[in-house]
This record gives sequence, C-alpha cells and structure tokens, in this order.
Amino acid sequence: MRVSILILQREVRLAFNQLGDNAMIVLFFILAAILFPLGVGPEPKFLADLAPGILWVIALLASLLSFEKLFASDFEDGSLEQLALTSAPLEIVVLAKAAAHWLTTGIPIMILTPLIAVFYQMPLSGFHILLVSMVLGTPTMSLIGTVGAALTLGSKRGNVLISLLVVPLIIPVLIFGTAAIEAAINDYPTTQHLMLLAAFFLIALVFSPIATASALRHALE
Amino acid sequence: MQFFGENLSCIRGERLVFSKLNFHVKPGNTLIITGSNGSGKTSLLRLMAGLATPESGYISWGDDPNLEKPENHSERLHYIGHLNALKSTISVLENLKSWSFLHGGNTKKVINAIKSLNLDGLEDIPCGYLSSGQKQRATLARLIASDAPLWLLDEPTNALDPNSVDLLHSLINKHLEKGGMLIIATNTELQVEKYQELKMGNFSANHEILTSDK
Repeated sequence: MRVSILILQREVRLAFNQLGDNAMIVLFFILAAILFPLGVGPEPKFLADLAPGILWVIALLASLLSFEKLFASDFEDGSLEQLALTSAPLEIVVLAKAAAHWLTTGIPIMILTPLIAVFYQMPLSGFHILLVSMVLGTPTMSLIGTVGAALTLGSKRGNVLISLLVVPLIIPVLIFGTAAIEAAINDYPTTQHLMLLAAFFLIALVFSPIATASALRHALE
Repeated sequence: MQFFGENLSCIRGERLVFSKLNFHVKPGNTLIITGSNGSGKTSLLRLMAGLATPESGYISWGDDPNLEKPENHSERLHYIGHLNALKSTISVLENLKSWSFLHGGNTKKVINAIKSLNLDGLEDIPCGYLSSGQKQRATLARLIASDAPLWLLDEPTNALDPNSVDLLHSLINKHLEKGGMLIIATNTELQVEKYQELKMGNFSANHEILTSDK
C-alpha cells in the first residue's frame, strides 16, 4: 500500500514536470470539439443531438493518444526494471500507473466535457449523467490502456498498434456512455446503462492489472 | 545464510547462453563475474535479481527459493544495470528520494548518499543536465540511499573517473564489512579481500566455480 502511494506520487510529479505532454492531449480534445461544428454545420438542434456521441468519441481518441507514453519512457531508461524490483507486486505498480494516468489525463478531460457540452447546447437534463458516465468510463479507459501500452513495449510505431488493440475493448464504454446521456436527455431511465459502465470498470480493475503485469514481465525478460 | 544457484541455464533468443552453472555467495564475500562480451554476465545478474527466470535450475536465498515470491527477493537486493533509471526532468535529489523511499529508505540516507558520492551541489539539478559519469554516480548513490544485503552490479565502473572508482571501492568495502554480499560483473581490477571468480566461457560450456579464495 505504502509503495503504491509512493509510485502514484512519483508519477504525478513526473506528469507535472512534463506538462507539455498532457497539455497536448487536452488541446487535442478542445480542437476536435471545435472542428465538428465546422464540418457538420452550425445547426444548433443538430449539434445538441450529436453532443453526447461526439464528447465520448473525442474523449476516447484523446486518451488513445496518451497511452503510448504510459510505460515507454520507463522501459527505455530502466525505471521499469527498478519498479519491478520493489517490494510491491507488479500488479500494484500497474494499478498505481493507471491511477496516475487517470489523474493527469482522465480528470482534465472530465473537467472539460461539461464546458464543451455547453458549447454544443446539449440539453441541461443530460449534464449530471454526462459527468457520472465520465467518472465511470475514463478510469476504465486508463486501465484498458495499460494493457495495450504494455503489450506494445519495445515495438516501433507502437501507437497504431495500441489503438488497434485497445479500441475494440473500449467500444462498450463508448456505447453505454453515450446511451446513458441520451436516455437522460429523453427522460428514460439511465440506471442500467450506468450499472453496465460500473461493471466494465470493475472488470477492467480486476483483469487489466493482471494482463498488464504479465505483459511487462515478458517485456523485461 | 547464503545466496546460491544450482544447475542454472539461460536461453536468450533461442540461443543457449550458459548451462549447468553453479554459484554461491556468503555474507561479506564477493563474487566477481568475468568474461567476454556476450558471455552472459548480464543475463546471469538478471536471473539473480529475479527479473528473468532460468530455463532450468534454481536460485535460493538460504532455505527460501526466491523464485516463488519475487517481491520478497526484491527487498533484499539492489540491482544496478546498464540503464540508470534516472528521470531527466527531475532533480538528482528527487530521483534518489523516489527510489530510496520505495526500498524503505529515508531522507537522511539520501542526503548521506549524495555526500558519499561527491554529488554535493548537484542535488537540485535535473538529471538531464548531468554528464554520463555524474549520472553513473547518481545511480550508484541508490546503493546506500536504502539498505539491502545483496548488491548486484553490472559493469559499475563504466564512465567513472579514477577518483570515482576509488569511491566505489570504499563503498563496496564498507558494505562487505557490514556483512553484505556483492555480485559484480566486471572485467576491471577490483580491490576486495575475499572473493571468488566466476569465469563465463563460451556458450554451453560446462561451468564450475573456480574457487580461488584469496
């Protein structure tokens, strides 16, 4: 436990020292949100209908951009082997990494989504569910991202490969995240969508550290 | 208490690096691994650290076979490989602190380590600005920034100037006096009293420790 907190502190510190990388992801998120109205036209009703889907898609794309960095620099400079040589099992190290990734990219994206929803004039009745679905969905994406990042360690052009590996696993989050917001806007019950999102989070919480840790062990051998 | 391995073999990239290799180290003793490039010095050290698993044979710490619980083994050792594990964006002090705390060290030990390795005045400089010799010293500072009975060093004198090599020797001798163990892969002369040499030969050669207790 103590070790995982120390790793978390270290990762967050490092993220703040490389603010540029995280700023890029946030900037990408904003840019993508600006480009959609220019492409599909400024009709307010149309944009409001599209808002939940667009928000989730660009949140997914923005986090895909950040996965490559998760383990790559630690792998190159030898920090990963030192992390593997701490008294904590590698699974705990992975959890701390995923938590740090969520704190430094998931949370900024989560803070921005309501603002962008305002620009798209999304109906107010969907806002609370938008936030809840993001709270449940973004950590799931961070956890699944660790699997892709670990599997592609050491390969050139890992980024494209990560996307191919990770996107199919994240699609359920996208579907039910969007569905929850649309249900809230149209006054339908949202519980089942949110329950499913929570279930995906729990599944990812259990299985992705195990999968990631064994992929990392393989990369280190 | 001793650290030993028996009948070890290692395969890397479908090539047999070594086989039937035995080693043992007692507290206060040193095992020097020598051999030409590619003879498997690094592979052997990584097996000893638990970063890799041997193809056959076993490694044991006293009665406790460490391969079954790698976390327990990690607490006993410091492994310094070819990669320095220093983050270029944060300072020497912060780098050392994060590794020291992860191994149960404290701030006092970190400050002491910085002094012992002549890194005074460099502690607030981001590691990206250090020369390669300074980086190597910052890496070696990890050895005393937290305590561990077993040191696994892979060519630690790389990039060090003669003064820093002497510094390393004094650190090593202090560690051995306290009853620590040292396993070191090097082809340079080492000033320690009690040592055994393990000569890594050509691949699939039959290894026996040449016990030349001096």
